Amino acid sequence: MLKVIDSAVPVACWACSVAHNDSTLFCPHCSKIQPPPESDYFQVLGLQRGFQVDLDALEREFHRLSRKVHPDRFARADENERQWSLADTALLNDAYRTLKDPLFRTEYLLKLEGAEIGEEHAGKDRKGQSDPSRVPADLLEEVFELNMQLEEMRMARSTGEIDSVLENGLVLAKKKFESLLAAVDLDLRTEWKAWDTGDAAARKTSEKSMVALLDRRRYLRNLVRDVTETLGA
Amino acid sequence: MAYSDKVIDHYNNPRNVGQLDKASTEVGTGLVGAPECGDVMRLQIRVNPETQVIEEAKFKTFGCGSAIASSSLATEWIKGKTVSDALEIKNTDIVKELSLPPVKIHCSVLAEDAIRAAIGDWKKKNGVSEPAAVAAAQSAH
Ligand SMILES: [Zn+2]
Repeated sequence: MLKVIDSAVPVACWACSVAHNDSTLFCPHCSKIQPPPESDYFQVLGLQRGFQVDLDALEREFHRLSRKVHPDRFARADENERQWSLADTALLNDAYRTLKDPLFRTEYLLKLEGAEIGEEHAGKDRKGQSDPSRVPADLLEEVFELNMQLEEMRMARSTGEIDSVLENGLVLAKKKFESLLAAVDLDLRTEWKAWDTGDAAARKTSEKSMVALLDRRRYLRNLVRDVTETLGA
Repeated sequence: MAYSDKVIDHYNNPRNVGQLDKASTEVGTGLVGAPECGDVMRLQIRVNPETQVIEEAKFKTFGCGSAIASSSLATEWIKGKTVSDALEIKNTDIVKELSLPPVKIHCSVLAEDAIRAAIGDWKKKNGVSEPAAVAAAQSAH
């Protein structure tokens, strides 16, 4: 939450010296282009911070700002302004890509809110046991078995053998993991809504659930990919 | 990202790949996973009931080169050690030995978790009291 306050810290416009929030690409006072703001993507694109995003509004604001900061418009401007138009354009593109994609957006906002996800979580020195709730335990056994079957399948294939029982099993497994993946996405949507409308406590609970769902999703996505690859080989 | 020579060596010639009889009372099985990259690792030990020495260790890992190397190295290290000595192995030792980059540290954590899970399973099967296991695990840190 500190980040929100930080990014709302006013900065002085380089051109007119009037202070404005560090989230805007143009000075509200003199309309001059500003260096890339330090604030988050939601603020840059004028959206309320939340997991559910008005995609039409996102699209509109992205295109409106993109036109305004387009480097062509600054071809004859000062060196600084030219550089800022490039940097602002890059920032806009990153912000747009991140907020448009449901998974990128979820990961981004979880990070903004201070939740530890994916690689970040793992890189740290750790004391004692890792948090067992982070490992989708019910999936482990199944994941391991499936990987064994996939290996068997690849070996059979490499010797020109066709094992239709194994192959049918994999087709079924793929369907199953795909439906589990769809279920995870549905659960994510439920958590989005819970977070967007919840109080601080509800949000913390929701963030935990989302981190766990993303872990589960990563597993399932890899499985579906591996089965698809092996079946298609 | 480039792998270190030791990782490549373990990846190309993994030691102790295989399976032990899960049902045997002398065998402990640890199955762990890393959500970070979707790895899954099974590590098994066969413990001599008289001496508590790990006489055999086998692993099967599905995952990246670092995960395979970490589990391969882990089985090499715990073989011949007593159960309590094996619990002394830390993921940081594996990181050092294999020169793992920061983004691959979780692979070594996974290997350490797998050792603990396998020993935990063996202890449970053999009625080794949990407080002792917890104390051993804590003293290892
Ligand atoms: Zn100004």
